[in-house]
Amino acid sequence: MIEATGLHFKIGSRNIVENVHFSAKPGEMLAVIGPNGAGKTTLLKLISKQLRAESGEIQINGKNLADLTLEDLAKFRAVLPQSNYLNINLTVFEIALMGRYPHFKSKPNESDLEITSEALREMGMYGFKDRLIHQLSGGEQQRVQLARILAQIYQNPNGILLMDEPINGLDLQYQQIILDKARKLAKQGLTVMCILHDINLAAQYADQILVLKQGKRIAMGSPEEVLSEDLIFSTYHTRVKKISDQQLGYPIIVPIT
Amino acid sequence: MILRNKRFSIISLLLFLLCSCILSICVGAIEIPLKNLVKILGNQLFNLQADSYPKQQEAVLLAIRAPRVLLGALIGATLSMAGCAVQGMFRNPLAEPGLIGVSSGASLFAVTFIVLGNTVFHTVTLVFGYYALSIAAFTGAFLTTWLLYRFAVTRGRVDISSLLLMGIAINALAIALTGLLTYVATDEQLRNITFWSLGSLGGANWKTLTVMLPFALACMIGLLPMGKALNAIALGEAQAEHLGINIKRVNKYIVVFAALGVGASVAMAGVIGFLALLVPHLLRISVSADHKFLLPASGLFGAGLLVLADLIARTVAIPAELPIGILTAFMGVPMFIMIILRSRKERSFL
Repeated sequence: MIEATGLHFKIGSRNIVENVHFSAKPGEMLAVIGPNGAGKTTLLKLISKQLRAESGEIQINGKNLADLTLEDLAKFRAVLPQSNYLNINLTVFEIALMGRYPHFKSKPNESDLEITSEALREMGMYGFKDRLIHQLSGGEQQRVQLARILAQIYQNPNGILLMDEPINGLDLQYQQIILDKARKLAKQGLTVMCILHDINLAAQYADQILVLKQGKRIAMGSPEEVLSEDLIFSTYHTRVKKISDQQLGYPIIVPIT
Repeated sequence: MILRNKRFSIISLLLFLLCSCILSICVGAIEIPLKNLVKILGNQLFNLQADSYPKQQEAVLLAIRAPRVLLGALIGATLSMAGCAVQGMFRNPLAEPGLIGVSSGASLFAVTFIVLGNTVFHTVTLVFGYYALSIAAFTGAFLTTWLLYRFAVTRGRVDISSLLLMGIAINALAIALTGLLTYVATDEQLRNITFWSLGSLGGANWKTLTVMLPFALACMIGLLPMGKALNAIALGEAQAEHLGINIKRVNKYIVVFAALGVGASVAMAGVIGFLALLVPHLLRISVSADHKFLLPASGLFGAGLLVLADLIARTVAIPAELPIGILTAFMGVPMFIMIILRSRKERSFL
């Protein structure tokens, strides 16, 4: 559960995040969309405690974020980074095991190793466990990263998953694998918050969509409610057509030229 | 051949260290045959009363070779582990204490202390005695590392070019100030100063060893548990924080312990360059970048390598001795060039 109220953040005199409030519930996937520079990443950094809001309050599972240490947070809150190439001489298993770092002191116990293997299996990367991470493709690396995140909050009913454009630079298949897994985790009871660039992927996977523009909250609600042709025009200055397909169950947004 | 098995590597490195120590004890201007070494050690450690070896060999072994080999091993291990931790902290193999100016900072303070120790810092000498020089070098190492960290890290990101440029500036400043101090130094102080610039284990005796030991142990024991944190930092500072690692605290901790080790090493043996660059990086690319392995392995490999380098330094031109820094530079410079070429290739691929 994430509840944010009246969040403000500025750099110099420029408001990056302005009076934003939202809540993300367990069992739901919240997508944050908006044009470049809308303050999406900053908002995520405020939630993940990398930045401190100037005013406003963030509650994580009913506790004030300011009262939680990094160590406390790491036990139930995981952050999947943007896909960027890792060039480290470590094996896939060693990377995934780092997800258990908040849970053991210096030596992993049996259950840490078991959970790491299970997380790799769930991401279909167990067969690669002894391969070196820098020998994998970008998509495979991101699956290992997700396995690491999975291991960190494995079967934690209070788990919170934050993702900052996790599928940037990945092909169609990997986009679907990563987001599908994120939605399944939400269905298992996790709170998932995900920044997405692609409106259609947000429509496909999110239960709730938060739209930001110039640091302000423009709208929040289900994809069907939020993604109107007018709202998208006023946010992105692009004329679009919204196609609702009964079979798909989610709207499709297509730009018109 | 690439060795992937960490346990196998640790055992091989232990053997390597043992062999280089035995070799270095036995070989020199006065040769000590292996069987005499065993006898002498048996006599000393277990009071076996074995006889039939020249007393001269015993004297050389106990008074000269043993402390020198032990000091070499201790300094090699300390420098390499400190290098490993600093490279991990800055996430760059070029961040070696010598290159980025930590060693020069330490040697500058040490030289200042040698020249002005009896006058300006008289009370310091009185209070700390034999430890005073180490403490001066540690202060220099600590201040430079802290300075580098303040200037090269902005918003949690390390700017490696400003780090290396700062290193150049600090090195140049240290050379200039050392040069200046030579004008006021006495002849004996001058000899001491020359010895700092390229490093030597020639000053080793049991006393220097006992001065080095607490610093080296503190540095090694302090850095060993940082494996987990350094692994997480390798993913990126933000990712490490998400894994519950307190980056600021870890960095401060590493700066203090690495400076402690580098400072004491410089105080005992002068500036020994490139060892801390060569050792961790060689292990990182050939075995594993897992710092839980890399820290102890660097210690073992660095110890063995420095003992061997010292053996060459004192035997290649008997009766003269080469400064050990010359040998470590010969080993390290090709490695340094390789890292630069490699990273250039990677950048051109992106």
